[in-house]
Amino acid sequence: METLLPRHLDEALAATAAHPEATILAGGTDLMVAVAYQALRPAVVIGIRRVPELQEWDGRFIGAGVTYSRLERGPFAALAQAARTVGSPQIRSAGTIGGNLGTASPAGDSLPFLAALDAEVLLRSQAAERALRWDEFITGPKRTALQPGELIVGARLPEAIPDRQAFAKIGTRTAMVIAIVSCCVLRWDDGTTRVALGSVGPTTVRPRAAETMISTERRPSSAALDEFARLVSAEVSPINDHRSTAAYRRHASGVLARRLLERVL
Amino acid sequence: MIRLTINGVPHVVDPMGPESLLTTLRDRLGLFGSKNACEQGECGSCSVLLDGRLVCSCLVMAVDADGAAVTTVEGIADGETLHRVQEAMVNAGGVQCGFCTPGIVVAASHLLATTPSPTETDIREALAGNICRCTGYGAIVRALEPLAAES
Ligand SMILES: Cc1cc2nc3c(=O)[nH]c(=O)nc-3n(C[C@H](O)[C@H](O)[C@H](O)COP(=O)(O)OP(=O)(O)OC[C@H]3O[C@@H](n4cnc5c(N)ncnc54)[C@H](O)[C@@H]3O)c2cc1C
Ligand code: FES
Ligand code: FES
Repeated sequence: METLLPRHLDEALAATAAHPEATILAGGTDLMVAVAYQALRPAVVIGIRRVPELQEWDGRFIGAGVTYSRLERGPFAALAQAARTVGSPQIRSAGTIGGNLGTASPAGDSLPFLAALDAEVLLRSQAAERALRWDEFITGPKRTALQPGELIVGARLPEAIPDRQAFAKIGTRTAMVIAIVSCCVLRWDDGTTRVALGSVGPTTVRPRAAETMISTERRPSSAALDEFARLVSAEVSPINDHRSTAAYRRHASGVLARRLLERVL
Repeated sequence: MIRLTINGVPHVVDPMGPESLLTTLRDRLGLFGSKNACEQGECGSCSVLLDGRLVCSCLVMAVDADGAAVTTVEGIADGETLHRVQEAMVNAGGVQCGFCTPGIVVAASHLLATTPSPTETDIREALAGNICRCTGYGAIVRALEPLAAES
């Protein structure tokens, strides 16, 4: 196995250009599980945690190498709360937002916040740079539009981010759980509301009909909130698995979205 | 070949392929304090400090630790003098079979170094990634609480 540990973005991009099929290693919290349990044996590894440009967090740009420990202390309440729910202190000190995007699990806890904001994922290769909206980048469960030779540089958030934002997830413990359902709700002062849910579809789900309906309600009545919850439940497409049933996930999606919305009203 | 400084002592080792730092510590360097239980980050029994950060050594690719300073449970005591976390665990009966103990000691000493007066909630959250299969959590928390008050 060949290992490259670049110390600058230029060096990292030269490494990915020279070895387009290399395995990119960030915090290793997904990758090393694959090494242990799926017998992943990379021929070339490019370890990127020493690349300072990927550690940057400048306002609306969050570098791919920013860890959950840093996200927890950051200015965005919903993202901080999402980060706080990830794994354990050990996982949060190693795992990165870039790795969460790279893995593209429907349960990725940073993804609902990015999806609710229609954040862009910035990608770079030695030859080019491109920005894909989150749903252009994540193309399916654990599938992304990342091309050989490309690195995820970070996520770019839009200018307008409301203060009223919340995230919560349901699991069997408060720590160390992959979400059964997760949800992020954002509410702007003019009523505009965005909702994104994890673990209830092949990728993060935006329940558009529910968003449209509740965005016109400046002071939603309890009947309106019921309708909102009903629409959210109708729009998700969960499955049965070892963690939960589709029926429970559908029900819980509406309950959770409504509860978070009430928190930020 | 990679260079590691483990508990203050420099080492040069040659990990095989993508082996974990845990494997390197145990199988190449004979440091058996860090335990291998789940190999997937779930149990914390392999916890070490990597350049001061608390991590699961089973999730660190050894070659990516090149140049790092690693503190394992073997480096927590000061020679023959136990760290106060170790002392407290012994005195309060926080050790049953002992399999989780190295990870708990590393995580708890890291907590006290970064949060000198943790609350019970802080202690429980700091140890959320350390599973005790003997379920001795009550005794472990009772062992650590007086240390919080002390510091
Ligand atoms: C015990 C445990 C608990 C967990 N709990 C949670 C949880 O609660 N919520 C959650 O969302 N996740 C959880 N995870 C999963 C994991 O921690 C996250 O997905 C994390 O964000 C992965 O980041 P990483 O830096 O460790 O990625 P790595 O494992 O290093 O990489 C993951 C993937 O992304 C690719 N990649 C990483 N960075 C880049 C980049 N910059 N450019 C291109 N490709 C890149 C890698 O090649 C790889 O395919 C848990 C994992 C474990 C082991
Ligand atoms: S062996 Fe590393 S966390 Fe269980
Ligand atoms: S004392 Fe046995 S696992 Fe904790």
